[in-house]
Amino acid sequence: MQQLLQQVVSGLADGSVYGSLALALVLIYRATHIINFAQGEMGMFATYVLWALVTHHGMSYWPAFVLVLALAFVGGVGVHTVVIRPLARAPELTIVMATIALLVVLNGLAGWIWGPDEKVVGSPFPNNSWNVGGVLVSEQSVGVIAITLGCVLVLWLFFRFTKVGLALRASAVNPQASRVLGVRVPWMLALGWGLASVLSAISGTMAAASFYVFTPSYMQSVLIYAFAAAVLGGLESPLGAVVGGLALGVTVNLLGHYVGWIGSDLQLPVALAALLAVLLVRPGGLFGRVAVRRV
Amino acid sequence: MRRAVPLAWLAAGAVAIVLLPNVLSDFREFQLAYVGVYFIAVLGLNLLTGYSGQISLGHGGFMMIGAYTTAILSVHHGIRDVWTIPLAAIVAGLVGFAFGFPALRFRGVYLALATFAIPVALIQIAKKFAFTGGGGGMNLTRIVSGNYVYTLTWPIAGGLLVLAWLLVHGRFGRALRAIRESEVAAVSSGVNLALYKSLAFGISAAYAGVAGSLYALAVAYVNPDTFPITLSILLLTGAVVGGLGSLGGVVFGALFIEYVPLYSPNILDGFEKIVPLHLDSKAAGAPAVVYGIILLLVLFLIPSGVAGLLRAASARLERLRGGRTAGAPAAAPPTTEANG
Repeated sequence: MQQLLQQVVSGLADGSVYGSLALALVLIYRATHIINFAQGEMGMFATYVLWALVTHHGMSYWPAFVLVLALAFVGGVGVHTVVIRPLARAPELTIVMATIALLVVLNGLAGWIWGPDEKVVGSPFPNNSWNVGGVLVSEQSVGVIAITLGCVLVLWLFFRFTKVGLALRASAVNPQASRVLGVRVPWMLALGWGLASVLSAISGTMAAASFYVFTPSYMQSVLIYAFAAAVLGGLESPLGAVVGGLALGVTVNLLGHYVGWIGSDLQLPVALAALLAVLLVRPGGLFGRVAVRRV
Repeated sequence: MRRAVPLAWLAAGAVAIVLLPNVLSDFREFQLAYVGVYFIAVLGLNLLTGYSGQISLGHGGFMMIGAYTTAILSVHHGIRDVWTIPLAAIVAGLVGFAFGFPALRFRGVYLALATFAIPVALIQIAKKFAFTGGGGGMNLTRIVSGNYVYTLTWPIAGGLLVLAWLLVHGRFGRALRAIRESEVAAVSSGVNLALYKSLAFGISAAYAGVAGSLYALAVAYVNPDTFPITLSILLLTGAVVGGLGSLGGVVFGALFIEYVPLYSPNILDGFEKIVPLHLDSKAAGAPAVVYGIILLLVLFLIPSGVAGLLRAASARLERLRGGRTAGAPAAAPPTTEANG
């Protein structure tokens, strides 16, 4: 029982990392109806910047973390302005290919600047465990959960209770009507890309803190889990993405721990098989709607 | 005129492929054999993405299935390696067809997501189990020369090109294009959506399986990391650079996949002469940056790929000559293909 709870906690920590990246995917998907394949690599790149700030520029972790989030926002807005916005009228496939090109470029750039070898960013959380009724809960896991879910909460408050958040939601739902009402839709889209980039930076840095070491490709498996989480949640639902991420993290951890032949190697294939199964039963995901198409 | 021009190019290409081994070293022949391998894989991907509009980021995975089919059958079961090529096509094709059914649930972006998972899952599975040789991989039964692979690969590639042409210009291709333009309209016109989409996936995967089998023969060795996710991305990049929905562009996509990462230091050094940034052109990651940026430029400047560029150029040429065909539908690319 204690072991079960411990696995659940570390599953929730992994899941919050998947969930925040899934939320970034959902933000972009709702605003522009494309999947940003570079989402994971944006987080990876931010993590490298954090590593460089801490290791080479002598900053301590948390100031560097805040600075990286700010830089990630600027970077996300930049990506939208330079790459995505000029392609706004292009077919969907072209835009998706552009995000794949970004994935390739960012991945290559990180290897080019910082080398392909493993880096250690270290965890910002103390290496202790709390004993909660016999269950050992590592501060690392709690820290990762608190930071990611805290940021998600702040984002939700922003969307729910500020005027800019309202305008952002409006331009995602109905760009034409929003434009008529005086919302600057392109700015809102750029803002959305910036926020998604911040979310990926959070996911990337927290994933690096969990994995301990990272290479330029460490976010690719996280991205696939995030895809799975987002699709599980219905791809349109921010809440679904976070819940999907947490559910996926816990399921994968439990399966890896209790089912011998899965171990740590087959977690990803099993998660994907589960995802396929869910989609066959509920094509719209757990929180999504099934769209009816007409000619 | 419309038929004659592609046929002339095809004949020229065939003559070049027959004559090239006379002037090339064995090493160059190996490179061109890899071009042939990528040609087959991109051809298959183009059938799927270019004609039925389904994106696949998983064709490296289907190549992997083909390669492992060849390795396992020839090493463990003593089947002569060349005979495993059609078997690789069948195995990869069946897996692709089976994947096509759940893939029916996905459209557009969802499908790209689902296919993205194929190579990742396959790599983990290949590492886990003993019959694939685990993480260490498998050595094939013999090591072959560049000339052998070249003369094996290109006739197969030629045959598969003809087959693709027949498919695209027949009932099958018409059904796929109908699906690409509007699924609902296609169904209303009596196209069996489930069958054709799964078939497209299966045929496309079978092409990738042949490519993977030939790749394994050429390298004489397979391991899980031979087919990373980046290979799948490269294949899709090749299809886009060559031009989606055009069989003529495939060869340019294949050349891109083989040579651009290889010559990226030269490309960077050339760039260095114009803009001196003091880049380390041989660093890890540099090839990826180069081909990623080229891909972005292609998307921005010539979204219909090299094939579209050539079509536009020949249309311009016709107009300059003042020929009667100027501006005729034959010269201008159909709008749907430009969008594809």
